[in-house]
Amino acid sequence: MSSHSIRVSVNGAAHEATVDARYLLVHLLRETLRLTGTHIGCDTTHCGACTVLLDGEPVKSCTVLAVQADGRDVMTVEGLEQGGKLDPVQEGFWQEHGLQCGFCTPGMLMTSYALLKRNPDPSEGEIREAISGNLCRCTGYVNIVKSIQYAAAKRHAEVS
Amino acid sequence: MTPKTSAAVCGMGHSMKRKEDPRFIRGQGRYVDDIQLPGMLYMDIVRSPYAHATIKAIDISQALKVPGVLAVITGQDLAKYNLHWMPTLMSDTQMVLPTDTVMYQSQEVAAVIATSRYAAADGVDAVEVDYEPLPVVVDPFKALEPGAPVLRTDKKGKTDNHIFHWEVGDRAGTERHFAAADVRVKQDIYLPRIHVASIETCGCIADFDKAMGKLTVYMTTQAPHAIRTVFALVAGHVGLSEERIRIVSPDLGGGFGGKVPVYPGYVIAVAASVLIGKPVKWIEDRMENLQADSFARDYHMTAELAARKDGTITGLRIKTIADHGYADAAANPSKFPAGLFSICTGSYDIKHAFTELDGVYTNKPPGGVAYRCSFRVTEAVHAIERITDVLALELKMDPAELRMKNFIPPEKFPYKSVLGWEYDSGNYAAALAKAMKLIGYADLRREQAEKRKRGELMGIGISSFTEIVGAGPSKDFDILGIKMFDSAEIRVHPTGKAIARFGTKSQGQGHETTYAQIVAEELGIPAQDIAVEEGDTDTAPYGLGTYASRSTPVAGAAGAMAARKIRDKARKIAAHLLEVAEEDLEWEPGKFSVKGAPQKAKTIQEIAFAAYTNHPQGMEAGLEATSYYDPPNLTFPFGSYICVVDIDRGTGMVKIRRFVAVDDCGNIINPMIVDGQIHGGLTMGMAPALLEEISYDEEGNIQGGSFMDYLVPTAMETPRWEVDKTVTPSPHHPLGAKGVGESATVGAPPAIVNAVVDALAHLGVRHIDIPITPEKVWTILKEKGVAE
Repeated sequence: MSSHSIRVSVNGAAHEATVDARYLLVHLLRETLRLTGTHIGCDTTHCGACTVLLDGEPVKSCTVLAVQADGRDVMTVEGLEQGGKLDPVQEGFWQEHGLQCGFCTPGMLMTSYALLKRNPDPSEGEIREAISGNLCRCTGYVNIVKSIQYAAAKRHAEVS
Repeated sequence: MTPKTSAAVCGMGHSMKRKEDPRFIRGQGRYVDDIQLPGMLYMDIVRSPYAHATIKAIDISQALKVPGVLAVITGQDLAKYNLHWMPTLMSDTQMVLPTDTVMYQSQEVAAVIATSRYAAADGVDAVEVDYEPLPVVVDPFKALEPGAPVLRTDKKGKTDNHIFHWEVGDRAGTERHFAAADVRVKQDIYLPRIHVASIETCGCIADFDKAMGKLTVYMTTQAPHAIRTVFALVAGHVGLSEERIRIVSPDLGGGFGGKVPVYPGYVIAVAASVLIGKPVKWIEDRMENLQADSFARDYHMTAELAARKDGTITGLRIKTIADHGYADAAANPSKFPAGLFSICTGSYDIKHAFTELDGVYTNKPPGGVAYRCSFRVTEAVHAIERITDVLALELKMDPAELRMKNFIPPEKFPYKSVLGWEYDSGNYAAALAKAMKLIGYADLRREQAEKRKRGELMGIGISSFTEIVGAGPSKDFDILGIKMFDSAEIRVHPTGKAIARFGTKSQGQGHETTYAQIVAEELGIPAQDIAVEEGDTDTAPYGLGTYASRSTPVAGAAGAMAARKIRDKARKIAAHLLEVAEEDLEWEPGKFSVKGAPQKAKTIQEIAFAAYTNHPQGMEAGLEATSYYDPPNLTFPFGSYICVVDIDRGTGMVKIRRFVAVDDCGNIINPMIVDGQIHGGLTMGMAPALLEEISYDEEGNIQGGSFMDYLVPTAMETPRWEVDKTVTPSPHHPLGAKGVGESATVGAPPAIVNAVVDALAHLGVRHIDIPITPEKVWTILKEKGVAE
């Protein structure tokens, strides 16, 4: 098994690690860096509980190797809150009851955050499509859609 | 309902934002796999590729050479301590690890303990097992045929695969009634195996502290206290004594019934930690979760109704074959091998009924847990709501009219059903009428008639279900002999803040919020000032846990009763402080005041302080109380759902155009949370109706054993649910509440099936088994010559 030294920026902080080639990004985050907000819910890239942003794009970190993140920027759920202020997507999920057990929530938040960066004013259909790679077993998605709509409105209000 | 308390207090009826959410939205929840203990080892499991085989040999030598692998545990190792078998909750037995035979595909065969997850997985790959395949029994009907291979050869004298027979009602009387009936309909209905598939899989960390002789298990369990007792009963003979076992159920990523059973993995991890003396973590992957954990449903039902020509339903008969897999590991109360299936007379006033069921062994994983339902209520509701529509077709009657005609009328409550339940309260016609109005039922029927003329396929389906939840009264309900009470313990601190602990365990239901609101309602202490804890058996009072929608009906009631005990003591203290008699005091949430002199008052916070600083002579200090609540009856939530579907004649795709759900769960604690429970429940009702199934081929190979094939609904398939309510309080619950977490999962499937059948009824279709896949529908369209 080959071993590799990598440098990864996570939520703006630089980290160095020596990892096996097969070591998954999600394990680097959860076990090496102890950022346990990113969860693991399946083995087949279906559930999206492990979604993080890699150079701003949502990826499922259970199917990204840690070595693939070498020299790149990773953002996890722990990076959403800035200076003690919740991101609008976090506020939205709390306000609109967009979570129940909370297990899918970090992945759902990261996907939502990336959606609103890309498309600040998504329709309900666009929201549903954007989160269709993230499974939630508790909420039936109705309130997740509302949460993201709330966050979109909040972002607009903050900009204007 | 207008809340009795202010928004600052946030008692019942307020849509309080959830107290648990700040940690979850920051990624700071604490789930089992998030916990890392010093020196912790990892366990991974070798599983059988065969559904039925003899184990001729297990070679662990290569596995032990894998760097990081410390041990491989087999059934032979556990047999030395008599831990290779364990009892199930239904008085059956199941293997922890096999010594000679495997009974289903993906069964645990051996466990590898290593210093990392990766090393443990390498070790699993390196274990060599020599199997000799045996004949496989997959079909429960064939399992009952004479000459079928007998699966449970471990049971002395067992000559067939029959587990149990269960029946309720008057067999002979019902038979006579059916023979003489004007109209009879009969329908085979299969509810296939499905899996709860909570997004967090199961797992644990077993941590045996040799110095203290104490075992702590961090575990994905919905019932931590019962699990502690089970562990003590299973492993008492090797020195695990209940006072030295601590079960901690931290944040759970969903449960839905799948985290009630004791799975072999938990027991092996405990054994490994005790043997090695270090913490051992075991976390299933998704395929293990779907392939080996307890399934739900798998009921083959034949339902019959007898009726008069005018549509009055007079008789019901249901015969069921229940496929339990190789062991009866259902998680039912002891006296109910088929759960609460005898609620199958549903919302209707039926005079003659009989139901019988036979449990059968097959080469499939053991189980029979709920999938977000109270002990087989979903099966019962599916049978009655489906056969009612079959009768409507037979009589050429509108299914809404047929239901309205047969509902138990409001004035008959409490209603004693012919199969033995006493329904607490209900107003079924009101719920259905509301749903019909909301969806515009008459207009939809007109639209359907016009569309039919044009060859377009549109259907409207109704389900008017009655649930039975909140198990349960101690005279009938126990698990392993432990009565199904639940508990609450409240301590009010000197500064007027409080901590409340419960015997249940939230898996997303929001207990930290709703229980605080219950205490706030009763004591007037702001819910924000009440910390709620559950899940640690060293601190929480003993309770049976959260499943079967029992938290609000049982533990919630315990919370109210404990709070009322505190209020009684607070009254005495207030009388002392105000120097009046207790009878001269009036309570409003948060304070006692003197009758006729409302300016003379003491707040609950002032009283709490006095309880520690200035309590009356002769009274013990402190302000706390515990309640173990034994419910006098179950609760019977109900609702009416109406679903509208459009079917694509080219693909067979069913699209839910609208779905209106009117639920009645009695008095409501937090309307926002209730709506969320219903949204989620509806989605888990739609899932088996249209998407999910775990089936097996003839060799017992699982189909649908990963998220590649097991189709959990995404936001794309899930419609925008429309929800509303009626409120019919429970007369016996201290808060008038009934429980709501599972209603929608129970009620939704037949509404969807009825809608699809309704869309195709003019083509002669009477029934379709779930899941109603596009392929199934397209095949029907092709047969009927209407596929495009």
